[in-house]
Amino acid sequence: MPETKKKLLEVKGLTMDFGGLRAVDAVSLEVSTGEIVALIGPNGAGKTTFFNCVTGIYNPTKGEVLVHPPEKKTQRINGFKPNRVTTIGMARTFQNIRLFHNMTVLENVMIGRHCRTTTSIVGAIMRGASTKRQEQETIEKSYELLKKVGLVNFADEFAKNLPYGAQRRLEIARAMATDPFLLLLDEPAAGMNPQETKALDELIVRIRDTEKIAILLIEHDMKLVMNISERIYVMEYGKEIAQGTPMDIRSNPRVIEAYLGEEADA
Amino acid sequence: MLDNMKRSILVALWFVFLTFPLMVVKVNTLKNIVEWRWMNMLWVALGAFVLSIVWRWAMVRRDLKSSESDSTDDDQARPGIGQRILEDPKIFKPVLLVLAVVTLVFPLVVDIYQANIMVLALIFVVLGLGLNITVGLAGLLDLGYVAFFAVGAYTYGILNSFWGIGFWTSLPIGGLMGALFGIALGFPILRLRGDYLAIVTLGFGSIAKIVIENWEEVFNGAKGIAGIPRPGLFGLDMTIESATTYTYYLMILMVLFTIFITNRLKDSRIGRAWMALREDEIACVAMGVDMARTKLGAYAFGAFWAGLVGVIFAARNTYINPNSFTFMESALVLSIVVLGGMGSIVGVIIAALVLILMPEYLRAFAEYRMLMFGAVMVLMMIFRPEGLIANVRRKYTRSAVKTEGVNA
Ligand SMILES: Nc1ncnc2c1ncn2[C@@H]1O[C@H](COP(=O)(O)OP(=O)(O)OP(=O)(O)O)[C@@H](O)[C@H]1O
Ligand SMILES: [Mg+2]
Repeated sequence: MPETKKKLLEVKGLTMDFGGLRAVDAVSLEVSTGEIVALIGPNGAGKTTFFNCVTGIYNPTKGEVLVHPPEKKTQRINGFKPNRVTTIGMARTFQNIRLFHNMTVLENVMIGRHCRTTTSIVGAIMRGASTKRQEQETIEKSYELLKKVGLVNFADEFAKNLPYGAQRRLEIARAMATDPFLLLLDEPAAGMNPQETKALDELIVRIRDTEKIAILLIEHDMKLVMNISERIYVMEYGKEIAQGTPMDIRSNPRVIEAYLGEEADA
Repeated sequence: MLDNMKRSILVALWFVFLTFPLMVVKVNTLKNIVEWRWMNMLWVALGAFVLSIVWRWAMVRRDLKSSESDSTDDDQARPGIGQRILEDPKIFKPVLLVLAVVTLVFPLVVDIYQANIMVLALIFVVLGLGLNITVGLAGLLDLGYVAFFAVGAYTYGILNSFWGIGFWTSLPIGGLMGALFGIALGFPILRLRGDYLAIVTLGFGSIAKIVIENWEEVFNGAKGIAGIPRPGLFGLDMTIESATTYTYYLMILMVLFTIFITNRLKDSRIGRAWMALREDEIACVAMGVDMARTKLGAYAFGAFWAGLVGVIFAARNTYINPNSFTFMESALVLSIVVLGGMGSIVGVIIAALVLILMPEYLRAFAEYRMLMFGAVMVLMMIFRPEGLIANVRRKYTRSAVKTEGVNA
């Protein structure tokens, strides 16, 4: 890769307590430009909680979440509201799909443009030239994104009527509509069949290569993870137990015991 | 069918048993004897039996319907009659024309009493459309909506009685005051959901009424404010008849204005954010929508309309007192929204007209009004939870020029 890698997200010693339960325990993680990084671990390891802390859904108990947006100055985003995190440029998808069910597929993506547009209540009522232009741009961009994830034929369908795999791709398109520099995907392949997973694999790589969006993903599908990620972090019981390239992780005895072994048993 | 009969008979017997002490036994305290009204027992049995049969039949139909729509795998495959009328221009245009003509000549052919009732119904149309923003579009329950209506009405009443300020100046002020109070209510309840939201908004509505009732110096207490002038027209002196007719046309304009503005908002960045908030709050903020701002906007905008027509309400009645702003009115407006179909403008208009005009014209029903509302609500929830007219799915068109550019 010719361009120099630049840190985008830097998490240091992130800890999250729920009452007496320490769901995330001093986890550190970094993502740089042009990277696909995976976060894996057995069920209940605290991966989703980690995502929630980074994206502002939860306020972490301890630790630092630092964002280095390209061409802007570094920000410590602990305790920021989710919409601010998204506006800075980190967008996410959800493990248990959270689409706007009674809105159309296109409208779902258009919501992603909300934080990049400015029309106010008064502006919406007046519907002046700039409002119209913004609206048209929103529609255009959203269609383009639907094309990229292969959902353009479903544009006017209600989101709830989409098949499962398509819903996951719609979540990705919606997150991309916010113009992020980092995309956080929480188990994007969950519930997909092998063909769909393969297509997703290609989609994620394409997003990284052509859209220049770095990716941090949680995933249980080992084949997908090993295929596409440059680096992998492994969590167990809230703690980070390993990190490294797919090769390292595959041969790490601790990981095999904690995670891959369990997979083999199942 | 036989099974249904058997069950219905059981239901009837059960009802007879339950209502026995109430409907059959009557202690005549004057003569100190017990009257047995066996005929009542027969009526209860018959009534319960028939209702039960009808109910079961309806349930069977509903199940049939839902399994049908499952098999077609698309709940839009057979749009309801309402939607078909709306979407087919061949039907839609003449219907609209007839409606327009009827609306225009209405006050000229009926007497002042009926025109006055119609004005009230139109006021509730606007209230329904306003609450539809908050409840139907943004999904924020508001059981104290009538408070904003009161704010508007009293704004005009007070401005007029203290400083002699006229209707037309008060109208926008009333709307803005409504919006202001909408924000004031919105702030403390930003984080509330479900039951809590219901309780707090309910409380807000009651507090508003209690304040008005007890703050004599400003609101004139339970006596209310009298002698509020009707809407003026360049200082013309009008008879009551022509003033009513004028108010009627004013309300028609008001309804059109409301539809126009709310439609524009619905099809905008703001309206979509409201809908997304209703669908999934967490996903909505995670996609970059500012929750506080969006919610406050929805409360303020919904309350704005209540404030606006509150002014017109005060002008129509020429007299306001706290009794016009009880929980009943809030419930009525909410029923209009639920009955009409959350988010649907045409549905809300129809529901408002039905719910306001029916008790006025069918006086016999008026006494059982609340009972009927309840029954209608329950039936709606079971058979048409999406309301009389479901919200139409909107399609967006791309601009032709740009599409070409993209394909090239
Ligand atoms: N809001 C919460 N309140 C209390 N406990 C929570 C909360 N969210 C998560 N937990 C707990 O934190 C632990 C980690 O959960 P988390 O959802 O982060 O796991 P995960 O790694 O995403 O697992 P999975 O692979 O099943 O998605 C679990 O024990 C869970 O019960
Ligand atoms: Mg998880």
